This record gives sequence, structure tokens and C-alpha cells, in this order.
Amino acid sequence: MTSVSTRDLVSQPYKYGFVTDIETEKIAKGLSEDVVRLISSKKEEPQFLLDFRLRAYKHWLTLEEPDWAALGYSAIDYQDIIYYAAPRQQEKKASLDEVDPKLLETFDKLGIPLSEQKRLSNVAVDAVFDSVSIATTYREKLAEHGVIFCSISEAVKEYPELVERYIGTVVPSNDNYFAALNSAVFSDGSFVFIPKGVECPMELSTYFRINSGDTGQFERTLIVAEEGASVSYLEGCTAPMFDTNQLHAAVVELVALDDASIKYSTVQNWYAGDENGVGGIYNFVTKRGQCRGARSRISWTQVETGSAITWKYPSCVLQGADSVGEFYSVALTNNCQQADTGTKMIHLGARTRSTIVSKGISAGRSSNSYRGLVQIAPGAKGARNYSQCDSMLIGDEAAANTYPYIRSQQPQAAIEHEASTCRISEDQLFYLQSRGIGFEEAVSMMVSGFCRDVFNQLPMEFAAEADKLLALKLEGSVG
Amino acid sequence: MIRPDAELLLDINDLHASVEAQPILNGVNLQVRAGEIHAVMGRNGSGKSTLSKVLAGHPAYRVTGGSVRYRGSDLLELEPEERSRLGVFLGFQYPVEIPGVSNLEFLRVSSNARRQQQGLEELDTFDFDDHVRERLSVVQMDPAFLERSVNEGFSGGEKKRNEILQMALLNPVVSILDETDSGLDIDALRIVAGGVNQLATPENATLLITHYQRLLDEITPDYVHVMAAGRILRTGGRELALELEKTGYDWVDEEVASTGQGVA
Ligand SMILES: Nc1ncnc2c1ncn2[C@@H]1O[C@H](COP(=O)(O)OP(=O)(O)OP(=O)(O)O)[C@@H](O)[C@H]1O
Ligand SMILES: [Mg+2]
Repeated sequence: MTSVSTRDLVSQPYKYGFVTDIETEKIAKGLSEDVVRLISSKKEEPQFLLDFRLRAYKHWLTLEEPDWAALGYSAIDYQDIIYYAAPRQQEKKASLDEVDPKLLETFDKLGIPLSEQKRLSNVAVDAVFDSVSIATTYREKLAEHGVIFCSISEAVKEYPELVERYIGTVVPSNDNYFAALNSAVFSDGSFVFIPKGVECPMELSTYFRINSGDTGQFERTLIVAEEGASVSYLEGCTAPMFDTNQLHAAVVELVALDDASIKYSTVQNWYAGDENGVGGIYNFVTKRGQCRGARSRISWTQVETGSAITWKYPSCVLQGADSVGEFYSVALTNNCQQADTGTKMIHLGARTRSTIVSKGISAGRSSNSYRGLVQIAPGAKGARNYSQCDSMLIGDEAAANTYPYIRSQQPQAAIEHEASTCRISEDQLFYLQSRGIGFEEAVSMMVSGFCRDVFNQLPMEFAAEADKLLALKLEGSVG
Repeated sequence: MIRPDAELLLDINDLHASVEAQPILNGVNLQVRAGEIHAVMGRNGSGKSTLSKVLAGHPAYRVTGGSVRYRGSDLLELEPEERSRLGVFLGFQYPVEIPGVSNLEFLRVSSNARRQQQGLEELDTFDFDDHVRERLSVVQMDPAFLERSVNEGFSGGEKKRNEILQMALLNPVVSILDETDSGLDIDALRIVAGGVNQLATPENATLLITHYQRLLDEITPDYVHVMAAGRILRTGGRELALELEKTGYDWVDEEVASTGQGVA
């Protein structure tokens, strides 16, 4: 391409980059057994959870940070991170009126109003600020249906037996380096429990906000859908702009019993660093769902636009016969961002089915890799997988890679893989421009067209948001 | 229709343009007034499409000299999208495919951009749907094409009809149609030509780039220009096209050689 117009993609200023000035309680930097004990005691946890943390910590000490992903970054100093930070407020407030107005204002500014008058009418929200959950809306209304939606810290206190039964059963504390770290030091996150036969009456959503500069965020989410239950859950996240990197290492576990269905959507917009790659979040996340019951279904939809580095493979373990796993992903990288993301579909049960649709968009000097594993165990008779991985390049300095791994021990399994790469051509952009459509709008029209299959999977309220978010991320891309 | 007092819409003076340091246009002069229909002919590679793309603002072409005024102001200053909104339309010789972008949505956004410029109300999806269906009749196009991605998998002729549909929606002031006739079957040619005639008014003008008299039998030009080596070598009335049909372009080579201009 000869024109300057498709080059030099400069990111639009990140509009969530502000810092809330609030008094925070932080513990000293660094990680040790004492720190793990301190976090657990601050949260007044039962013994089983302290033991869980300590086991994870001891195991973590024996592990090496993984380096197999197509990512390059300077070493993380784990002793230079604060593992617990909380806005200074004694107890989680029973009523929103008692929550520090500064916090409510912060979430207002992020477009997540929590107060009674302004909150979304059909979405219950758990708002997590640094290491703690500050408010959960519609708890009572959900409780009428037997649905539990609260922070994981509260769940540990109020429903310890449920937490003990499920935590670490999908992502064991020794699963991988970052999962072990999370298991040792996780601070808060959301807990969802949908009892047998209940269809959750509204969308559930958790909004994560990192505020402190030198703090790591290690949230933990656990969602359980009992027999015949169903739920749709959405996670959103932002962080201020700092010129240092911050670590975010979350673990999400989903459990679906017989005939249950969980739809988990993410719109990830952590701070990505500036156009020269200074600052931004390191997003190292382990997300896994287990279709434990027959005919259960787990569907991951993700729109990944932020973070300096993304390392994330939401996966499905298809254990129950006839269970279904789905993964729909849009990952957009711009400037110096790096993303290595994809999924694993582990077929164990008979006639299990999985679908993977991945759309990677790389602009600027960024690099975007899809890494996916489809594994069919000997017992998975009649298993089927369909994968489609498309990459779109904008400009001529961006890179896209696809690493599909297929391991089948079941000769009759049907596995289909399609991949494509396209570049937005100057002539396509000119065509749209010559019809009165501005350069940026032309780019975003093509990008959203490219992502349509995935956006169609998002809850309606968020599909338009996602479209806008991508457009915003590519704005200012005229050289 | 020639009216000497009609508004001068397009005024091209000694236009030079290159692509990657290679000169392609070597001094084009052309004046187009409201109500006129111009035909531009000339050998393959003589610079016809280049002229049309320079007028539309394609970034690959660098203007190295001369000027273009559109209704009195400098056209070359404007971004391609601004030119379109102001009423300059280019029907492409090779319309590109844009997978994933719905034709209907594209037409709506495009037409609203022009309407906004004209101070007209923008049309929402419902109103636009009615509007576009009415305009489809200009090119007798099947509404099924609206549901598809822009030009994706369209046949050559279908792409050309889609161009004229866009012209019908954008209501342009100056339309440059680059070989809209090539690739059309005999019936389609009549339909498209009929559409162009229907859209021509005393207020607008059309520049037809074509190789064939066949089109000019359907759309009567006021002027015929012959391009060679990046310039307009000769201008005449409709009889010039008929003469070319008989004699071909051999005389052009001699004339280019004698003026020592460019390399054909
Ligand atoms: N982007 C480009 N890169 C290199 N050469 C170009 C480019 N565009 C045009 N040219 C060259 O410029 C000359 C004029 O091309 P142009 O397309 O304007 O011809 P034309 O008169 O439209 O021909 P045709 O009748 O075949 O459509 C040709 O020699 C062509 O190869
Ligand atoms: Mg041409």
C-alpha cells in the first residue's frame, strides 16, 4: 500500500484512563507465605480456603513462568507487586447509600450506574474495585428465584459449603503458573449459583476496575448452574493509564450440570499502553468451563480490545454426553499490543460438539495470535468440532498467526477447520470513501462486518457497545 | 444539451498526475457544464481510468501539476468522501467486493452522508428501505442484492448495475461512469443506459468513459473526446465516435508521435 492513510495507526486516547482519588488500604509489596496468610485473615476465611491458598502457593514456588506463547515482554518482578488493595471502608455496605460516593461516581463515569434510580433495569451488576467487591445490585430480587449472585468473599462467608464443593474443581490450583498464583492470592470476584431448573431472570454482570498503580488484580469467579438451570453472564473491565505495567491474573470456573446452560461474555478493555507500548495491563487469565452433565452447554463469547499483553484461552471440558461447547472471539490489537488467545475444546463424552469462531484484527505494529486445541478422547464417540479462524490485517506492519492443534484419538470424530487472512485493501477503503463514507467509518464498517458472526452472540444490550468499542479503538487511525 | 451559459461544473486545466513516479496524465484539459454529456474514448492504457480516479481522489495517484475546479472551488483539496458528499460520483470500471458489509447498510450510510450535505433529512432504516426499493426500478435490480455483502459474488454485470443504483441514490452533480457498459449483456446495456438517461437533468452532467459506439447509440453525447498518452488529443461531436468506429486509433499514434508528447 502506498498511501499514508492506512499506516501509522494511532490509538484514540483511552477514555477510562482516570484515577479515582480514594483512600486505600494496601499491604506491603511482595509475596510470601505470610502475605497469603494475611490476605486470608483479612478476609476472615475458613480453614479450608487458607489450606487451598497455601497449597497453591507452595506449588507456585516450584513452577516456571510459561514462555511458549508468541509474546515478548520483560520479566515480571513478583516481589514488586501489591497483592491486596481495598478502598478504606469497613464492611461491604448493606445499602448503596452508604457506599463512598466517589466509588459510585467512578462507576457512573465508566457507564455502569449502580444507584437505584440509574441502574440498568434488566442487568444485575457486581462492581469490583481493586481487590474488593463494593456493591451488587438486585441481590434480593434474584434471591426470590433462588439465584445467588454476590462477591466470592461474601459467598465464602455465607455459602462456604457451596464454595468448598466447587472451587478449584475445574481449574485446579496447580493447573498452571498463573492459576496457581491466583489461587494463592485471589482477592475477590463474583459467585453465581443457579439452582436446579431455574432460568436466571436477568443478565448478570461483573465490572472490574483496577485503580491503584502498583497493585495486581487477581480475581476469581465461580459460576455453577445446576440441572436444567441457565444463565447469561457478562464481564467488563477497565483500568487507569499508568506508565508501568500491571498484572491481572484471573481464574474463572464454570460448572454446568445436566441440561444446564451457561453463556459467558467478556468485553475486555483494560488499558493497553500508549502507542509506543509503554504501560498497560498484562492480562494472564485462566478461564475454563466444565460441561459436567449430559446435554449441558457452555458458550464463551469474548471481545478483547485492551491490555498490553493478553494470554487467555477460555476452554470447555465436554464431559457429559451430548454436551456442547462454543467459543466466539473477537480480538483486536493496535499499536504495540500483543495477544495470544484462543480456546481448548476437550471432548470426553459421547456425541459432544464444539464450535470455534475466532476473528483476529491486527492494526499498527501489533501482533495477534490464535492458539486453539481440539482434543478428542477415545471415549468421545461421534464427537464433532467446527473451527473457523479469520484474521484481518490493517496496514502493513501488523502480524497475525494461527496455531490450530488437533489431537484426536477417536477415528470417527468429525473435525473441520477453516482459516483465512485478509487485509483491508486501499481500494476497498477508497470505494467506501468515494461514496461519502469517511476513512475511519469505512475501516470500522469493514471491521464490524468481519466480526458480525461473533457480535451476534453477545447479549443484545452489549452487541452495539462492542461495535462502538472497536470503532473507538481504531479511531485516529488516519496517518 | 449544450447551453453556453450553463454553470461550469468541472474545469480541468493542464492536469498532470503520476503513480509511483511514473507520469500517467500529461496535461488534461476539459470543461464540463451543467446539462452536458461527454464521452471519453481512447486506447487501453491511455489514462481514462486514471483521470476518473484522480477526480475522485484515489490516494495512489499524485497530482503533479495543473488544477481541477468543481463548481468554482478547488476539487483536489478535498478528501474523497467530501467530493462524494458534494456530488462527484465515480462509477468504477472494476467495483471491489467488500465482504461482511451489507449492501443495504452501505447504501444507506452513503446516501445519508450525501443527504446530510444537501441539508436533507437522514433516512432511518425503514424509510431508506422504501426509498431504495423505489430506486431499484431505475436499474431493474432484484431486491435480493440488497441483502448481500457489497458486490461480493456479484457477476460483472450485476456489479455495474449496483454502481448505477448508487448513482440513482446519491443524486450526483457530476457522474463519471468508467466503462459501465463493459460486461453488460444487450438487455442490461439498454436498462443501464435508460437509467443514466433518466437521471440526466439540465442541472447535472455525465462523463461516459467507453470503448463502444453501442452505448452512445443509447445515450447521445454532446461531446466526444479522444484520450491518448494521458492527454485529450481531440474533441468533437457525436460524429467523432462514429469516425473512430470506422478508422480505429492508428491516426492517434501518428498525432502523438508528431507532437512528441508522452509514450503511448
Ligand atoms: N496504480 C497503478 N500502478 C501502476 N501503473 C498504473 C496504475 N494505474 C494506472 N497505471 C498505468 O497507467 C496507464 C493508464 O491506465 P488507465 O487505467 O488509466 O488506462 P485506461 O485508459 O483506463 O485503460 P482501459 O481502457 O484499459 O481501461 C496504464 O499504462 C496503467 O498500467
Ligand atoms: Mg480504464
